[in-house]
Parts: sequence; structure tokens; C-alpha cells
Amino acid sequence: MATVVAVIASTHHPFYYRASTATGADRPPFADEWVSKIETFRETLTNAKPDVLVMVGSDHFHQLWLDNMPQFLVGKAPFFDANWHNEEREFGLPRMRLQGQEDLSAHILRHGLDADFDLAFSNELRIDHSITCPIITLRPDADLPIVPIYTNIFAPPLPQPKRFVQLGRTIRQLVESWSENLRVAIIGTGHLSLELGGPRQFGEHGPDPEFDRKAVDWIASGDIEGCLAEVTLDSLHQPGNATHGFMDFMLMMGVAGEGAKADHVDSLDLFHTMEAYFTWYPNGAPR
Amino acid sequence: MSKYLLDKFLFTVDRDPELVERYREDPAGTVEWWEQQMANKLLNCTVTERSTWLAFTEEERTALREHDHVTLFEMGAHPFLTLTLFIAMFERDHGPLEYQKTYGAMMTHLTLPYPDIAT
Repeated sequence: MATVVAVIASTHHPFYYRASTATGADRPPFADEWVSKIETFRETLTNAKPDVLVMVGSDHFHQLWLDNMPQFLVGKAPFFDANWHNEEREFGLPRMRLQGQEDLSAHILRHGLDADFDLAFSNELRIDHSITCPIITLRPDADLPIVPIYTNIFAPPLPQPKRFVQLGRTIRQLVESWSENLRVAIIGTGHLSLELGGPRQFGEHGPDPEFDRKAVDWIASGDIEGCLAEVTLDSLHQPGNATHGFMDFMLMMGVAGEGAKADHVDSLDLFHTMEAYFTWYPNGAPR
Repeated sequence: MSKYLLDKFLFTVDRDPELVERYREDPAGTVEWWEQQMANKLLNCTVTERSTWLAFTEEERTALREHDHVTLFEMGAHPFLTLTLFIAMFERDHGPLEYQKTYGAMMTHLTLPYPDIAT
């Protein structure tokens, strides 16, 4: 059976690629510290020696649109092209192509449906920076097959936070019931407090550092109950108008499990938004 | 009011580099052309299969014609779509992050709860 060798939750900052590759006067003052933290974070995945990556993210109005909007969608294809014109334009992200793991996609779809998640699917999915950012930070060689899973954190009406947690739990069970003897890492990215297109955007810090501190504590300690007691679809408007992306972190808390303390926790206070990185080793830290 | 159609305008213009330039240089002409030719186009269908009922209100036309991102926000247009397109059109005229900060500063009169963006 497959083994979940690492569970990883991260912010996905589209500026990292440009900041980390910039030189001379173009290199921002925070780049070296950021790169150092990312390299340490990357080792937590490398050390787990994964064969396959399940990647949870959210399409930012690239392929999924309001005329036909799924809540949860699994990509099932032999390949996934990646990154879009406006991500190239605004963030300098490179075009990429990732290999798919169709057998695991099919397994998650079939058994996810049987577990009461009416998952949508796509056989031709071009993925965006919510999935390529963690590839760039955690697996820059992009050499492992993936199963992309998209959630709707973007186009209301959205699923409730508890559904993200439940889906995370289900994804963990589905991966562990896959018959292949392979090592799987489950990686998901979201946001802490974030404002896009509103008055609180691009400040000195994220729009709500107090929310960020609490969010990091919930995730690091696996406090799903405490998090669910405070976080609602309405409450997530308060820390910033794009903070519903936090529900992808809640999904990853569901993958890691109630009370599961993260083995690696790090954060970086940047302008506009706080970065945060978490790794759990369900079967103990690799030696 | 059609938040969906505002979003559809922002979405379809943003993803087409020629349309981004056209909307930057000739907003009134682009909005008029888009409403006539594109508003009822089903994005995932052949050109002959069109919708028949989508149109802007005069207030929406005006906000789009005037590149008025504050009013678009107040109307409940999706802030991510507006921001992404407006950065594509106007960041080039400003220093690093200057446009993004000015964009936010023009909205400081707005308080929570923000306008509903559900479509």
C-alpha cells in the first residue's frame, strides 16, 4: 500500500521565483533570508524521498470560470502544463510541464465519490501558481508525477471550512488505501491573512498579523477543533478579503490529523502577506 | 446589475494581451465593442451558440469606461480580476509597488463589510 511520507502546508507567494532569482540592484533585501528558509523547508520534502506528489491548490480564474465552477476538482491526465500568461506577465513565472499520476487520480476520484465527496474532474488541466509555487520552492526539478486537486476558495458561494477539513481527512485515507507501494507526499498551499484589490493590500505586513499568529498556532499544533470553532465563511472576511485561501491550510490540517504537531514550522513576515511553512511526518521523521 | 458580466469583461480582457492594450488606450471603444460582440459569447462553446440576455447597466458601462476600479469594487466586481487587469495596464507607468499602493490608498474610505462579490 502507499505510504504518506510527508504532509506539507505552505503559503504560495508568486513573488518568490523572481525574488530568489534576482541579482544585483534588482534583488530585494529580504531575498537571502527568504531563500534560506525555503531551502530548509525544501529539505523536509527531499528527506522524505517521495515518489508521487498530491498537490492541493486553487485555480485563480485561469481555467475554471464562473460559467462552470466546481467546488473540488481532481486533475486526471498524463501531463499538466503549467502557469498562465498573466502569471508570466505579473510574476515572471516560467512555463512548466509536470507529469501526472493517473492511477492515483482515478483512485482518488472513484473512492472519493464513494466517500460522499462529489468531486469534479478534468482530463486537460493547465495548473497555476497555487501548485507551481510549491513545486518551485520544494521540488524545483519538477521531476515527480503529481495529482492536482483544486478547491474553490475564490468564487462564492464557497464550501464551509469543515468541508475542507473533511476533504483533507478523506484525501489522507484515500492515498493510504492506494494499492501501489509508493511513497506519497501531500502538499497544499493557501494563504494567511491577505487582501487583494482592497484598501488593505500591499501594506508593510499582512493585513491582520493577529490572525496570522493564531493561524500559525492552529496549524503548528494541529488544533482543528479550535480553528473550526473560530473560523467561518463570514469571519474570514475580517482578516482580509482574500483570506478564504486559509481554508486550504485547514484542508491540510485535516490531512495531518487532529492534534498532529508539525515537525517543521517556519514563517517569514513580508510586506503584503506573511509566509508560513509546515511539514508533518506521519510515520516519524526520516533519518 | 450584473456582477457576473463585469467579471466576464475583466476576465476575458485580462487573458488577451491585445485586448489589455486596447482597453488601456481606448476604454470607451473597447467597452462598447466588447458589450456588442463578446458579452453574450459562451466561452467554452462555438461562436454560433450564444447567450441572448447579457448587458451592462449604464453605471457599469461608465465604471468600465472610466477605468474606475474603486466603483467596480463597490459594485462587487471580483477584486482579484480587477487588480490583476489594472496592474497589467498601469503598473508600467509607476515605480515598484507604487501603483499597487496607490490603488489601495484610493479605497481607504471603504470599511467592512465589503460589497458582496458572489455572482
